[in-house]
Amino acid sequence: MSEGTGHTPFHPKWYRRRVSVWWWLESWTYARFVLREITSVAVAFFALVMLWQLRALAEGPEAYARFFARLQSPWFLLLHGVALVFILYHSLTWFHLAPKAMSLRLGGRRVPDAAIVAMNYLMWLAASGFVVWLALRG
Amino acid sequence: MRTKTPLLWTLFSAGGTLAALLYPVHLLLTGLAFPLAWLKAPDYEYLHGLVAHPAARVYFFFLIAFPLFHWAHRFRYTLYDGLQVKHLNELIDTLCYGGALAGSAYAAYLLWAIR
Repeated sequence: MSEGTGHTPFHPKWYRRRVSVWWWLESWTYARFVLREITSVAVAFFALVMLWQLRALAEGPEAYARFFARLQSPWFLLLHGVALVFILYHSLTWFHLAPKAMSLRLGGRRVPDAAIVAMNYLMWLAASGFVVWLALRG
Repeated sequence: MRTKTPLLWTLFSAGGTLAALLYPVHLLLTGLAFPLAWLKAPDYEYLHGLVAHPAARVYFFFLIAFPLFHWAHRFRYTLYDGLQVKHLNELIDTLCYGGALAGSAYAAYLLWAIR
């Protein structure tokens, strides 16, 4: 992918100011943006934990007991605590961006942003409640 | 690359929604509430039976695969912008999307094979 950054006699090289690698520390808005993007690392981390859990479940009760004991170690508890903070940040930012990503129309009128955000929170509550109910039934 | 963008964006968006709605509760239960015994952890038999149910297999596949693609998409752009490593584009894309693909395939295999 060349984007015209090459130098040719007919197309003088553009002047571009070099941006520091730490550009995102220059303002709180930038930092918040990068923080939001970094939440994806916590998401991937927990997806891997679930894969690990599935493997333990597939292998049998002993493997699952080992998996569960590992989760009780201080390092994993700390890691999960930090991951939870990032993932909550992902949820909140995602819900509040939802009305900007899609505009919903009802009866020819645009549904207000606040209603879409509220709908997201309600779905969050319902989904979480269902998972807790299912997990505690056992 | 351009023709794949809508597909990748759909995966990113679906994964972001699934992670936003369901990861907090799963992480809170699996990572903290059960190991710390705030709540009584379900036993092996119950969990195994739950995951072996066809609907739960599909659920866990989506719950793992889509958010992995969400990560791949976001993380790739974070590396582009954050570290300014545009010259490593192809390597980063391969690692991110390849990783998400590998994780999804492994999830499919585990969920298919569980009995």
